[in-house]
Amino acid sequence: MTITLEEETQVGQETRRILKRFSRKRDNLIPILQEVQGKLGYLPRQAMLEIAEFLGIPEMDVYSVVTFYNQFRLNPPGKHSIRVCLGTACHMKGGYIALDAWKRRLGIGPGETTEDREFDLDTVACVGCCTMAPVTVVDGKPEARVDPTRVDGLLLAFGHESQKGLKENDASS
Amino acid sequence: MQVVEQATITSTFEEIRRRAELHWKQLWNSGNPVAMVGTATCGRAAGALEVVQAIKEEVEKQELVCPVIEVGCMGHCYAEPIVIISKSGYPPICYGRVNPVIAQRLVRDYILSDDPCLEFVLGALEENDIIPSFAEFPRAQYEKKIILKNCGQIDPTNIDHYIANGGYSSLVKALQMHPDEIVSQVKDSGLRGRGGAGYPTGTKWEICRKAPGRPKHVVCNGDEGDPGAFMDRAILESDPHSVIEGMIIAAYAVGARHGHIYVRAEYPLAVQRVQAALRQARKLNLLGRHILGSDFSFDIKLFQGSGAFVCGEETALIASLEGMPGIPQHRPPYPAIKGLHGQPTLINNVKTLAYVRHIVEHGTEWFKSIGTEKSAGTAVFALAGKVVNTGLVEVPMGTTLRQVIFDIGSGIPKGKSFKAVQIGGPSGGCLPESALDLPIDFGSLRDAGAMMGSGGMVVLDEDDCMVEIARYFLEFTQRESCGKCTFCRLGTKQMLEVLNDITKGRGKIEDIDTLEQLAQDIKNGSLCGLGKTAPNPVLTTLRYFKDEYMVHVVEGRCPALMCRELITFHIVPEKCERSCDACVGTCTVEAISSHPKKRYKIIDQEKCVKCGTCIDACPPQYNAVTKLSPPGEVAG
Repeated sequence: MTITLEEETQVGQETRRILKRFSRKRDNLIPILQEVQGKLGYLPRQAMLEIAEFLGIPEMDVYSVVTFYNQFRLNPPGKHSIRVCLGTACHMKGGYIALDAWKRRLGIGPGETTEDREFDLDTVACVGCCTMAPVTVVDGKPEARVDPTRVDGLLLAFGHESQKGLKENDASS
Repeated sequence: MQVVEQATITSTFEEIRRRAELHWKQLWNSGNPVAMVGTATCGRAAGALEVVQAIKEEVEKQELVCPVIEVGCMGHCYAEPIVIISKSGYPPICYGRVNPVIAQRLVRDYILSDDPCLEFVLGALEENDIIPSFAEFPRAQYEKKIILKNCGQIDPTNIDHYIANGGYSSLVKALQMHPDEIVSQVKDSGLRGRGGAGYPTGTKWEICRKAPGRPKHVVCNGDEGDPGAFMDRAILESDPHSVIEGMIIAAYAVGARHGHIYVRAEYPLAVQRVQAALRQARKLNLLGRHILGSDFSFDIKLFQGSGAFVCGEETALIASLEGMPGIPQHRPPYPAIKGLHGQPTLINNVKTLAYVRHIVEHGTEWFKSIGTEKSAGTAVFALAGKVVNTGLVEVPMGTTLRQVIFDIGSGIPKGKSFKAVQIGGPSGGCLPESALDLPIDFGSLRDAGAMMGSGGMVVLDEDDCMVEIARYFLEFTQRESCGKCTFCRLGTKQMLEVLNDITKGRGKIEDIDTLEQLAQDIKNGSLCGLGKTAPNPVLTTLRYFKDEYMVHVVEGRCPALMCRELITFHIVPEKCERSCDACVGTCTVEAISSHPKKRYKIIDQEKCVKCGTCIDACPPQYNAVTKLSPPGEVAG
């Protein structure tokens, strides 16, 4: 995933704007990271460096918090976010099958973004909609009973050529 | 001096309550119908917001006056979205599985034209002669709602609704008591922590009250990370003030100045509703400096957890509040003595705090009269998985698992048979049919090898593989282990690899002993609850379902036909209709084709990803797709 110089300058500006609202207390690290990710969609290197300097803590400390918690991501998000629930109820009703289908169609694994930055894929532990299992949260909206056919349907709704990935896979195998 | 202060508290609150009751009564006594829609997360997933929109539009179109109120979760998740309509001349009626089209009909046929649309009715909220009420349902005799009482009945974003239903009057009562009195009341009530471990709440409060050091903190633990549990989410979304009131009382009792509510960031709606509730409470001086004119000052901040299961452990949660990775610390010292920033910190679960106002209001004897001798009060469960009535259940401690699953949950869907119930998430265990008559309390579940945990209850049927569920939970704890203790970090990984092997048919007979040995070592060698309980799902499945492990290892077969490496999908030529193409069209990897001459369908085993879509697609009258374990061939 490549990041342009332009994007990097913008990252610095946005981060500094958010930092203005916080005091330089270590306690604020996680709320700051959440705000920055909320704005930028992920935590670029430049943002983490700015935050470390602002709080007067080693860069390593920021990185260790970012990588410890599942919420934070190091890749830019895609235009559409796909979150496959792997809670107990979803797993037993085939959440892993839905995840496979997403992986197959998008050609990426959890935590990754497609090269065209259209989609990013990830898993969540449980969104608490166990009665609608298996659930995939598409752009923030929980979709109920997502099986491989439904995955194709959801992708078609985005105008994504779902067959493309399959054909290429066939050709390569 | 003190008498003056008490008079101020009472009169200040009296004014607040008078106004709240006025608003509440205006809503109900105006003669207009009122529609309430459950818009907690589960309702929204089922499309509740579209229903709200549809009702509002139709009400406007028909030029009616009918306030539409968004309430929380009633607990009947199987029937979401839920709408309750109150209209004079009728009892309040609850409708289930409402969609925008049904919603329009409810407005036109019932609100406008007096036809209560009986075909969509779930039940009435009051007893009456026309429609069966929830109180007459068989499940009603087992349920006892204390902390879920308000959920789905009031607007969680409107503090007046809470106050008009008796809210914050326990706080007023508490502020006129001596803090010691409150501590001993909670202690005598026998309330135990609902976060899972069941530590006596009053004892914790007493330790924190006596601890030297200022300022003190009260933390509400809403880091509900168990996959399959959603009780805390439902309470925070549906009745946030009950938790806030509990926190204020706790703070007054232990002498705390600062409060923190720790909510998972995966629960955006809970975050939003708690934040709104805090603002409202501050505005009425129920939070802040000199609460209700008393000498007591206390405020609460909301902290969003960022997705780490281990942060449910109290020392890890504190580390997280301090901006560190959530890695647990050795106890003692306990947080009640030395917690956040080294200051005394009282940490209680969402549900524990929600009980406090009821104990202050009704007294210790009332609370002790519910439940069992050693576990007083009620238990709240999130019922999910292979059960008909999924949702939230609150029952007195001592109710049996059978009553919860079969009488309240109405048993297993599609005529399948019960296999096990998983309680307590990754820290709990799987209990078999023989444990169904176990009365639920902290002790009995622990003896059976499971634990209360936070209250997730996932029902498993004959199609679920017990090795696979153990593997699933271990994969979860292995991923969530913070890495501090060697046995937890590496031991769970070893166990997971062994289980992976077994579910892939590569297991060896001695693996079973290795699993048991590793489980013991991990339990002994881990600091916090995550590691100490991580092997529980494996240990309980080994204890109750060892034969299933053996079948995997010895025969290379998955009896539940679930482990994908051990099954193959086939189409039985004799059953295949031949001219039907349902499976061909549905297969997402184009693995199904027709036999060139005889036209029956064949699955290409090289291409098949074993997703099972063809089984659902094959029309039930043919039912031609079958699973084989161990992998085999169907004669063509």
